[in-house]
Amino acid sequence: MKILVIEDDLEAAAYLIKAFNEAGIVTDHASDGDTGFYLATENIYDVLVIDRMLPKRDGLSIISDLRKKSIETPILILSALGQVDDRVTGLRAGGDDYLPKPYSFSELLARVEVLGRRKGMRDNETVYKVADLELDRLAHEVHRAGQKINLQPREFRLLEYLMKHAGQVVTRTMLLENVWDYHFDPQTNVIDVHISRLRSKIEKGYDEALLRTVRGAGYILKSDS
Amino acid sequence: MSQLRALLRTTAVRLSALYLGLFAISAVVLVFYVTDMTTSLLTNQTKHVVQDELKVLGNFYRRGGVPLLITHIDRRSREPSANLYTIAAPNGSILAGNVASLQPGILDRQGWTERPFSYRRFYQPEGAPGHQALAEVIFLPNGMRVLVGRDLGEPTQFRTTIRRSLAIALGIMVVGALLIWFFIGRGALHRIDRVSQASQKIMAGDLGQRLPVSGSGDEFDRLSGALNAMLGRIEKLNEGLRQVSDNIAHDLKTPLTRLRNRAEAALSGADDAAEYRSAMEDMIEESDQLIRTFNALLTISRVEAGSAVAEMNDVDLSQIAHDTEELYEPLAEEAGVLISSAIADGIHVSGNRELIGQAFSNLIDNAIKYSADNQAEAKVVICLENVDGKKVLSVRDNGPGIPENRRQDVIKRFVRLDESRSKPGTGLGLSLVEAIMGMHGGQLVLESNGESGQTGLHAMMVFG
Repeated sequence: MKILVIEDDLEAAAYLIKAFNEAGIVTDHASDGDTGFYLATENIYDVLVIDRMLPKRDGLSIISDLRKKSIETPILILSALGQVDDRVTGLRAGGDDYLPKPYSFSELLARVEVLGRRKGMRDNETVYKVADLELDRLAHEVHRAGQKINLQPREFRLLEYLMKHAGQVVTRTMLLENVWDYHFDPQTNVIDVHISRLRSKIEKGYDEALLRTVRGAGYILKSDS
Repeated sequence: MSQLRALLRTTAVRLSALYLGLFAISAVVLVFYVTDMTTSLLTNQTKHVVQDELKVLGNFYRRGGVPLLITHIDRRSREPSANLYTIAAPNGSILAGNVASLQPGILDRQGWTERPFSYRRFYQPEGAPGHQALAEVIFLPNGMRVLVGRDLGEPTQFRTTIRRSLAIALGIMVVGALLIWFFIGRGALHRIDRVSQASQKIMAGDLGQRLPVSGSGDEFDRLSGALNAMLGRIEKLNEGLRQVSDNIAHDLKTPLTRLRNRAEAALSGADDAAEYRSAMEDMIEESDQLIRTFNALLTISRVEAGSAVAEMNDVDLSQIAHDTEELYEPLAEEAGVLISSAIADGIHVSGNRELIGQAFSNLIDNAIKYSADNQAEAKVVICLENVDGKKVLSVRDNGPGIPENRRQDVIKRFVRLDESRSKPGTGLGLSLVEAIMGMHGGQLVLESNGESGQTGLHAMMVFG
């Protein structure tokens, strides 16, 4: 995966580049809006990470100009503003995801990976499969090793999201956003409890644990085999 | 002297000087108009009287010639009246009448005297200042002159009286205005001096100072009252700010110290990769908690900055209540808390779904946290209802509750009743709820959960 980070804080940018490289993501960097816009139009990236406030050209205007040129690269907006409506304005300008500063790198990495794999995503698939776990999106049914598992509607959506991003780390906030449509950070481990409930339903009595906790980051649904 | 100068510069003095001037000018104009009108009225009346007399005397003259005329003039002259009668020889020497002497030249011209002239009566000593009169002079065919006139004493006296009273009135006005200026202006100046003294103390940093209020309820009191209310608010904000920065320092120092200690412990411990790893993971979790605290602080200050920061839409409160209950139900179950609800359908408010959801989650989170370990049968009840036209979204728990005298405190940032801080939390939850409710024009109301004498808290989000 190859991404472009447009960030004027050089120290933060250096850290991001190093961390992304360690995660196996090739990272280009631009420190102002004009260079960033130029790079984004001249090269092909999987994801653009754009800071909202940049010298020379504002982050939001880069995004809407790129969209006007039909460049549909997924964009993640970083913002120090963090105001309640920032997310809305950012997404309206054409961004795909939004992360307020301060953020943890694991959160950013998880979101970038999800955005980067979005191309050719599994939106069209009607059945998601991980090992012997199957989720039928049309029939709203879940089977494991051929046996039906009964899930509550919300548990179904939770599993659906995890399976859609199978093999990728999803964070608690990503789950809260996509499954519950809430964009705040719950103070306690509400999501963990939902996960452990789901886990007990899909794993009890089966050999392989599919839904794993990634400490300090979130969860990943994957099979070793 | 400088006080007098300050006095003269007051608005009261300037305004009253202006009014005094305008009033005086209009009084003078009015008085002159009145005297002028009255004088011409009286003059006309005089002329009528004189002409009537002349008509009567003319009749006598036609009937009995000069002798009868003289007889009648003589007779009329003896009657006491303001009328003047004179008949004179062609050379000007007075033959009969009640006038001793006339201003020279009066008898030389026929018709009305153009201006008042002076004359003297017989009883007046020679050289005394004469009276003023108007008269008509007629030449008889034999060259004799007849003068009939009327003394102007009445109109003159009238005019003099009016002018004198004008002068007195103006004098009283000026003196009165000066006195009023002095006392009112000095009073106002005194109070303003006291207000500026108080302001100077406030500016020097003593925010506890208040502007003096006399208690009379006048405009100065109203102004001082409003400014005092403003100072109260500023003081409260300032107090809050100081408390918050103290608390931030304290509450962030603790986890930062912990973070540092862990790093130090890991470094000085055994050189073991697994150990390092677990220490690092702990540290990441610790930093996440720190970030969480920062985010909560930022959200609060932004929400408090006003409703401009968030889009307000039609929000389905019933849906939020259901969603949040569903979100927290597993957590409650795990904590051994029985969660139940009575949620009225179709209750909508204008607001921000995100923020209301977050606020309500905080309340449920607290309720579960604090009821969990206190009771054998921990219960949390979610309720959404219309109460007296207000929409109330509430959570009841049967935890330890909050003593009445601490309920205002827990809303403040970083205040936690649990001094040992054994429960997870930032100490910002209720502050955020309060801020969000404030933005929605509502209120966070904390009451004790009165149900069957239990302890516990009844936290209500009341939408106007």
